[in-house]
Amino acid sequence: MTMRATTAMPSVATAARAQVQVSLRAVDKEFNRTGRGGEAIHALGPIDLELRQGEFFAVVGPSGCGKSTLLELVAGLSTATRGEVAFEGRPIKGRIPDGVGVVFQEDASFPWLSVRDNIAFGLRRMKIDPRERERRIDSALAMMGLTAFAQSYPAQLSGGMRQRVCIARTLVTEPRLILLDEPFGALDQQTRLLMGDEVLNLWRKTGATVFLITHALDEAAMLADRIGVMSARPGRLIDIIETGWSRDRDSRIVQEEAFGAITARLWRSLRSESLKSIGKPEAGP
Amino acid sequence: MTQAGGGILKRAALWRIALLVVAVGGLELLCLTGRIDRLTMQPPHRILVDMVALLAGGQLNTAIAKTLGNAALAFVIAMVVGVTVAVVLHYFRSLRHTLDPLFATYYAIPMFAFYPLLIVLFGLGDTPQIFIGAMLAVVAVIVNTLNGLDRIPRVLLKTARVNQLSAWETATQVMLPCATPYILTGAKLAVAYSLIGIIGAEFIMSTGGMGYEISFAYTNFDNAKMYPLILLILAVSIAINTLLARWEKVLMARRGLS
Ligand SMILES: Nc1ncnc2c1ncn2[C@@H]1O[C@H](COP(=O)(O)OP(=O)(O)OP(=O)(O)O)[C@@H](O)[C@H]1O
Ligand SMILES: [Mg+2]
Repeated sequence: MTMRATTAMPSVATAARAQVQVSLRAVDKEFNRTGRGGEAIHALGPIDLELRQGEFFAVVGPSGCGKSTLLELVAGLSTATRGEVAFEGRPIKGRIPDGVGVVFQEDASFPWLSVRDNIAFGLRRMKIDPRERERRIDSALAMMGLTAFAQSYPAQLSGGMRQRVCIARTLVTEPRLILLDEPFGALDQQTRLLMGDEVLNLWRKTGATVFLITHALDEAAMLADRIGVMSARPGRLIDIIETGWSRDRDSRIVQEEAFGAITARLWRSLRSESLKSIGKPEAGP
Repeated sequence: MTQAGGGILKRAALWRIALLVVAVGGLELLCLTGRIDRLTMQPPHRILVDMVALLAGGQLNTAIAKTLGNAALAFVIAMVVGVTVAVVLHYFRSLRHTLDPLFATYYAIPMFAFYPLLIVLFGLGDTPQIFIGAMLAVVAVIVNTLNGLDRIPRVLLKTARVNQLSAWETATQVMLPCATPYILTGAKLAVAYSLIGIIGAEFIMSTGGMGYEISFAYTNFDNAKMYPLILLILAVSIAINTLLARWEKVLMARRGLS
């Protein structure tokens, strides 16, 4: 398999440019500081961004720059202070739209439910045939490598496995937009690469749009069609990189020359922002 | 549960039994040697024999059924009202801040002093007693349920929202299941409080029930009746509490928190 990451090479995502699924226009988010009166925290923005139907979009940025805040705006879990967020042409105003699945940064498995029941929870509100329901659960279990643990409880699993339970719970609803907030944070590097392959697989199979937040530059470089680079807080998009990978890529592209080039470019954009976020603005040349 | 954890629990149970044996044995000895005279207290083995005889005789069955039935009713009311009030207070923060100091001082209120007033309000039947039992138990349920609700990770509530659960579904399918171990702690206290409430009320003024029988036996120096009844109450509350504790342990183990 040969691939070359040049921006000239048309990927599937760029071919489908016409279909915009999510759009953010001049979006800002401020948080009111409780306790101390007045002065709000400007967490994010202004941000302008369009996610195309079916693309794999990754976001990287320094810690605390507002990545999770951005995800919650798109999910409809919080409302923008200024600007507008729209999903499939309809503005989201703090109402959760249908067809959106979210996997959070923290462990969100329900400790009182077995793995199987956790996954079935995603289907609670859906009126589907019981046989179809079982089929979806079984296939999500298999895809996330949890079949042998279906009857276990989350406390009996590792952190990474619990995160996979949450991914499976989202998958069964067959969302058109999947929002992933650092889902592999608890995984070791090897498992992370393999889980990356699984996410690519499900992205190809479902045709869903994937919006992935990560702090691992190589993960973004390996998985995404486009990578948005965010500045230190208040987070703005300072660069958007097209990787140009073909749709049937997998973790082996980490060996490609172009992969190194993309990671290097990401780090160039991010280095000074990351320094700012830990309170050490760039000195010297 | 780890083996070490199980070992510690087993050892605690052994110690508990040993302590009980020493205490009861000591009491037995004091009674048999006449240090405690028969008019003050019967030796423990005698109490047990009397209790079996009392239960077999059946003359107190109506009293026992009345007290346990009313206590069960008070318990159920306290659980339903307590959990509901806790969920509502959890939603309305300002109301909760208003009531919080009241909960903290609640058990300093001599509830039984209101008994005459309650009789005026509810009449001479069982209602005032059940009311007192439920009132005594309800705040333990509210406080413990609130404690559990406060500890629900925010991300679970976000998950409920993403899954488009209604407020009712969020309460019944996420919040309460998550808080169950804490609700059970409240339930264990509520068992004791509702029993105390009912028996205490019967003790003060009533014409039936175990509390009345104890008080009657007390004024007549009828130790063959009084101590067995107290033992029976103790046995009932220990049995129910053990069951609830079992359940709690299963839930905690499932969450890796044994
Ligand atoms: N509910 C909130 N109330 C007040 N401030 C908040 C709230 N949520 C986030 N913030 C602030 O907004 C900023 C962005 O937070 P956010 O969680 O989006 O960062 P992040 O990029 O996801 O960080 P990380 O990489 O560590 O997950 C932070 O400075 C945080 O303190
Ligand atoms: Mg975050």
